[in-house]
Amino acid sequence: MRLQQILFKLSVPVIAVALGLLVGGIIMVSSGYDAFYAYSSLFSVIFTDPYYIGETVRQMSPLIMSGLAVAFAFRTGLFNIGVEGQLLVGWLASVYIGITVEGVPAFIHVPLAILAAAAAGALWGVVPGYLKARFRVHEVITTIMMNYIALHVTNSIIRNHLLAPGERTEDIQSSASLSSLFLQEITDFSRLHYGILFAILAAVLMWYLLWKTTTGYELRAVGFNQHASNYAGINVQKNIILSMCISGGFAGVAGAMEGLGTYQYMTINAAFSGVGFDGIAVALLGANSAIGIILAAGLFGGLKIGALNMQAMAQVPPELITIVIALIIFFVASSYLVHWLRNRINKRGKI
Amino acid sequence: MGLLQILEIIIPTAIFAAAPLILTALGGVFSERSGVVNIGLEGLMMMGAFIGAVFTFYGETWGLGGASPWFSFLVAILIGAVFSLLHAVASISFRADQVVSGVALNFLAAGLTIFLVKKIFDAGQTPYLNERIFKSDIPFLFDIPIIGPLLFGDAYITSYLAVALAFVVWFIVFKTPFGLRLRAVGEHPMAADTMGINVAKMRYVAVMLSGAFAGLGGAVYATSISGNFTHSTIAGQGFMALAAMIFGKWHPLGALGAALFFGFAQSLSITGQQIPLLKEIPHVILLISPYVLTILALAGFVGRADAPKAIGKPYEKGKR
Repeated sequence: MRLQQILFKLSVPVIAVALGLLVGGIIMVSSGYDAFYAYSSLFSVIFTDPYYIGETVRQMSPLIMSGLAVAFAFRTGLFNIGVEGQLLVGWLASVYIGITVEGVPAFIHVPLAILAAAAAGALWGVVPGYLKARFRVHEVITTIMMNYIALHVTNSIIRNHLLAPGERTEDIQSSASLSSLFLQEITDFSRLHYGILFAILAAVLMWYLLWKTTTGYELRAVGFNQHASNYAGINVQKNIILSMCISGGFAGVAGAMEGLGTYQYMTINAAFSGVGFDGIAVALLGANSAIGIILAAGLFGGLKIGALNMQAMAQVPPELITIVIALIIFFVASSYLVHWLRNRINKRGKI
Repeated sequence: MGLLQILEIIIPTAIFAAAPLILTALGGVFSERSGVVNIGLEGLMMMGAFIGAVFTFYGETWGLGGASPWFSFLVAILIGAVFSLLHAVASISFRADQVVSGVALNFLAAGLTIFLVKKIFDAGQTPYLNERIFKSDIPFLFDIPIIGPLLFGDAYITSYLAVALAFVVWFIVFKTPFGLRLRAVGEHPMAADTMGINVAKMRYVAVMLSGAFAGLGGAVYATSISGNFTHSTIAGQGFMALAAMIFGKWHPLGALGAALFFGFAQSLSITGQQIPLLKEIPHVILLISPYVLTILALAGFVGRADAPKAIGKPYEKGKR
């Protein structure tokens, strides 16, 4: 019975991914592409080619962080669509510390920059959290608005205070960098950096915080039923604010992954990076659990990186993968369909 | 520089920038009044802008001439309604989380439009359109002294269409049986169901209307403001329309006012450099003002904004 439950839980994401890839294949065939060749060129490199493996793992670290951010808030019954904005302010904060603090060793500089990113993200997350707790304003709307505020504010700060040639900031000091020549060399000079270690550490931290501490128990209780939690003496408002604060902190660190790891600087962004929105897909597919998020980030990271090879070999535009990810979200969200089908099949089995 | 001159710079730009926002926000009113959150407005608008650019281009090659943009509007309305069905099916029939489904719709539109653009044109963007909605003076009204040149000079006909539609939507939502049913379904679906209203059907119609309006909004954007379609043509306008709808308190005329105001803020951020006093205000303040104001409105500092009661909840028959 227990095994059956686990299998059923797994069935929804697995079926969703399979259906997403299937419909993606149908779209490719009907647009005149060789779907089989496209998918095989996508999947072969992300499992065999060191460069693509390195890039996939690199792509995973911000995806894990933003997935954790969405999932953490979700456990408290909050929908944080503001990961994108929290990521941007975190990115800027980490790069700012990376540039301006000089003459400190890496073991101080790196954590300092990451903490600054977490603090900036948390600050950006606290605003919707406070508004939700104090004025009962729906967090979905405020977080969307905060995204655009973050986009314009970070751009303005870079333009007025940190501008270097090329619409970007200076490079960060090497003492703040997460990049590693060793990791680059073993992966055929991909941009792989140590960020993945922090991302996995953060996943463990989220699991521990939610499932092994009193605070985590309270946060989850508020997510299940605010009224019951209130009756049991849990301060609902405090937990809502705390949840958005921690969620924003995770999102801020996602920005640090980009700032200290992949890019070593920040550009003036005309539009969002998309990592924050991908985090929603990651959290959803990973069923808001730490291990699920790592797996889902691996899948989406792999699809995104493999898509580049798919484009090179089969000439399929990489946007196909965006379509596939969208379809996967639709199918996971419509899990009622899977339940319904399962009930139908069970009934038929009995009769 | 006189006040009149300043107004002559700002007001036409504001009305111009507001048209796609007004149309999309009106779509949002339909959907949310029926109790379905529509974060997917951004994606629907993106689809509309894509269709607008592509079918205006085809219209040109098929020899439709000046009618090409109008032809593309019709297609955009149709495709917008059909595309929004995905959101409707997922969130109404399959009881998916409406926010998640809307996010998925945005993803899908972003991927699908660029995928198709690359497939059709073998490039990252559509060609620039020759036949567009161009500025013109509105006959007769332009001759009114002072207000005439201010409100009706050098303007896009689509802007006036958008304003007129806001009043039409107001009439539909508040003065017709259909509108009453729409609002009933959004406030208390069980009561509406008891009175014999088909909740699912009403919500389907409402979501499809929102798709049609957002599609039109996107097409208007592509044919009047951007002139082609790229991955960055629609970058946040859908969310700004959502903000306008909320700032307008889920009311068609409120949404109209909010969209005009947001258009005004946008036009200030574009034209502000020409105006002495505004030059002192940092650009970024003007850029973020629509979003900050929406948050303040929601928090109750600028008049309380309350959503329809049943918003975001799938309706399950027989469940209490």
